[in-house]
Amino acid sequence: MNWILAPWPWYVSGPLIGLIVPLLLLLGNKSFAVSATLRHICAACVPANISFFNYDWRKEAWNLFFVFSIVLGAFLGHFCLSENAPVVVDPRLANELATYHITDYSELIPVQIFSWSNLISVQGFLFVVVGGFLVGFGTRYAGGCTSGHSIMGLSNLQWPSLVATCCFMIGGFISANLLVPFLLAL
Amino acid sequence: MLNYIKYILAGTAFGIILVKSEVMSWFRIQEMFRLQSFHMYGVMGSAVVVGALSVWLIKRYNIKSMDGEPIVIAPKKFQKGQIIGGLLFGIGWAITGACPGPLFAQIGSGSTVVAVSLLSAIVGVWVYGKWQHKLPH
Repeated sequence: MNWILAPWPWYVSGPLIGLIVPLLLLLGNKSFAVSATLRHICAACVPANISFFNYDWRKEAWNLFFVFSIVLGAFLGHFCLSENAPVVVDPRLANELATYHITDYSELIPVQIFSWSNLISVQGFLFVVVGGFLVGFGTRYAGGCTSGHSIMGLSNLQWPSLVATCCFMIGGFISANLLVPFLLAL
Repeated sequence: MLNYIKYILAGTAFGIILVKSEVMSWFRIQEMFRLQSFHMYGVMGSAVVVGALSVWLIKRYNIKSMDGEPIVIAPKKFQKGQIIGGLLFGIGWAITGACPGPLFAQIGSGSTVVAVSLLSAIVGVWVYGKWQHKLPH
């Protein structure tokens, strides 16, 4: 059972994620997508007569069930199927983070940044609130996220998805190397 | 409701994989964008290979869905948003260490404060919807 409880290597988890594509197609002719749910939530809760939210979101209810179940799956994965050992990171990253006093590897995300108590600081606000806003705004503007473009779109050989994926990566490289160190120093 | 059980099971499986593969880890995302680890590239690369092979097989053999429908995948249309929005999302991805799926996974694995990020992401989508007609596409 040790291999289940330990983190799964890329050659196990990558193909499993890839199999979600045919799974959803075969289950109900659905294309793998996650970020579209955020639009459905807006359409269901605060449509405010905006044409972008004026559609029958109930027809996309499968997407809401699929995505909200990720929370349940993550709960099971974390609390039932893991030994919850500290995260092992590359020593270069650990050294860099240590200079910002980030030393807690007990969770998969740095609890010293992402915590309720840090949320009221400028740093916490930028990481949690501004970061989240960019994820929502950016994915919708791009018409998809890592699931819809990088996995589903590329699997279906869609060149606009390749453009989107390259831009995701460029934005990420700039952000992680220039912006994140600045935020960590706050 | 019964119709949706299959999607609940698929979503649960996806959630388990997101945690066990650690792709919802902020640390793994930082390693990826600093070229310090192959892990994320391996996960995404092999996921695309398996996904593409599956889509090819489905098309090649005209495989039908469970309800007997021919499988249809909507094509992606190019617009400037894939560049501008893509860059903005990439910036947010490295900050939060999460794309939309992992936001849900981080909440499920006990990081409750990420619910605020998710709420903020929903606000981001709403703001996009509100001013969509003024943005370049």
